[in-house]
Amino acid sequence: MGKEQKVPLLDKNGLRVDGRRLDELRPLKLEVGILDKADGSAYIEHGKNKILAAVYGPREAHPKHIALADRAVVRCRYHMAPFSTDERKSPAPSRRELELSKVIRESLEPAIMSEYFPRATIDIIIEVLQADAGTRCAGITAASLALADAGIPMRELVAACAAGKVEGKVVLDLSDIEDKQGDADLPVAFMPKSNVIGLLQMDGSLTEEEFKQALDLATDACRRIYDMQREALKQKYHVVKDEAEKEEVAEVKV
Amino acid sequence: MSVTHQLSPVAKLEQKTVHDLIVKGKRLDERNALDYRPLTIMLGTIEKANGSAQVYLGKTKVLAGVKIQTGTPFPDTPDEGILTVNAEFVPMASPDFEAGPPGEDSIELARVVDRGIRESKAIDLKKLCVQPGKKVFVVFVDIYVLDHDGNLIDAAGMAALGALISSKMQEFEVKNDELVFKDKIMPLPIRDYPVPITSVKINGSIVLDPCLEEEQVTSCRLTVTTGKDDRICAMQKGGLGVFTPDEVKQIVSTAISKSRDLRQRILSKVN
Repeated sequence: MGKEQKVPLLDKNGLRVDGRRLDELRPLKLEVGILDKADGSAYIEHGKNKILAAVYGPREAHPKHIALADRAVVRCRYHMAPFSTDERKSPAPSRRELELSKVIRESLEPAIMSEYFPRATIDIIIEVLQADAGTRCAGITAASLALADAGIPMRELVAACAAGKVEGKVVLDLSDIEDKQGDADLPVAFMPKSNVIGLLQMDGSLTEEEFKQALDLATDACRRIYDMQREALKQKYHVVKDEAEKEEVAEVKV
Repeated sequence: MSVTHQLSPVAKLEQKTVHDLIVKGKRLDERNALDYRPLTIMLGTIEKANGSAQVYLGKTKVLAGVKIQTGTPFPDTPDEGILTVNAEFVPMASPDFEAGPPGEDSIELARVVDRGIRESKAIDLKKLCVQPGKKVFVVFVDIYVLDHDGNLIDAAGMAALGALISSKMQEFEVKNDELVFKDKIMPLPIRDYPVPITSVKINGSIVLDPCLEEEQVTSCRLTVTTGKDDRICAMQKGGLGVFTPDEVKQIVSTAISKSRDLRQRILSKVN
């Protein structure tokens, strides 16, 4: 390890290190229902982020004393695999992971109709297999699909994306190097139809004007991600439908 | 795992009272929505610490102490001193606090205060390097919550700032690769004064600086930390509720103007 060389984050055409425009997302891939045992699951690739999310529940609260009489308890664990980062990360939960587990839970709970399941728990497990900046946002995007996949009634899907600032310009969806060398990072989780924000954090340096610009950029990107989430959910059932049709055809042939 | 909190039975009973008042534009302690509680700051109350500050925010009491010791720098910043912020929810401060390892609330509080100080670059960490890659000064900020009557983040952030600006250390030099302390005392190299301002949403209304009864029935909170040139350096949303983008923008403007006033009052304590 040594000190990383500073590289220019914007080229002469105003494009970013990876060739993106200022308001362009990294490539995003979403898959729903990929784990067999979990009640709901989803996988996201966002840039080089590779993240799995699984949901168990609603199921009986265990231990019993955590149960609430008027709603389900939501439990959330955000964790990074030891091999997900440049330097090996200790598998023990860090303070950062504990904080993120909390803010991720608080961003998803407003979407869950937990009042339908008193005395139950809904468990959300997010495992970062490879980290590449913006893991909490990608984790939320995947976890909200896993909740939907588990059939848990939700007010709306939650989409999340970060905006930030590099070399004085407000940009969308920071990459790893932009996150490390940039001037600000603003992760946002947003429900587009209700027009509400469930997660908002910021570190770095922004003027009030830059903040407003970055917030608008992030919420706008969340709208786009929301459409991709819907598409990914539909995709799962398209496959089921296609297979059912094939089986029908096969049966007819026999 | 992070688990949904249970609302205390007392808070449930008080919820209606607080909500009804908010609808009429009133609050339990007769403040206006954007009023801050009376703030008292005492600097240097703990002589053995390099710096310390006691903050009274209404009935909330928070003490912060700074200790400066030598340590090994992080490999990615070999020529910079180290800042660590830790928060202790002392069991005497609230019937809900229990002894034991730090819970997620105290970790969140410490990390929000840490981000404010770190991201505003309040401490000139380059000046705390003794030997690059080998030895640097570590600034330990320890936050002690002594009495919890709501809005711990703001009280802790201001106590940490007060403790840092009151911090003194021995002047030092490096002779033949050895750290040598001189007789003179110098202040910690401070460049900015980050102040966190927390707003909460109660029954659809935005109010500043919640007391405990209000805090327990809030739907969500947003802490905005700003530095001396009005730049935002850290933010944190908490709670199970949601904000609209317009509410967020309004809270940010309020926080920026409020923090100017409070920063002035903290700085007036330094001679």
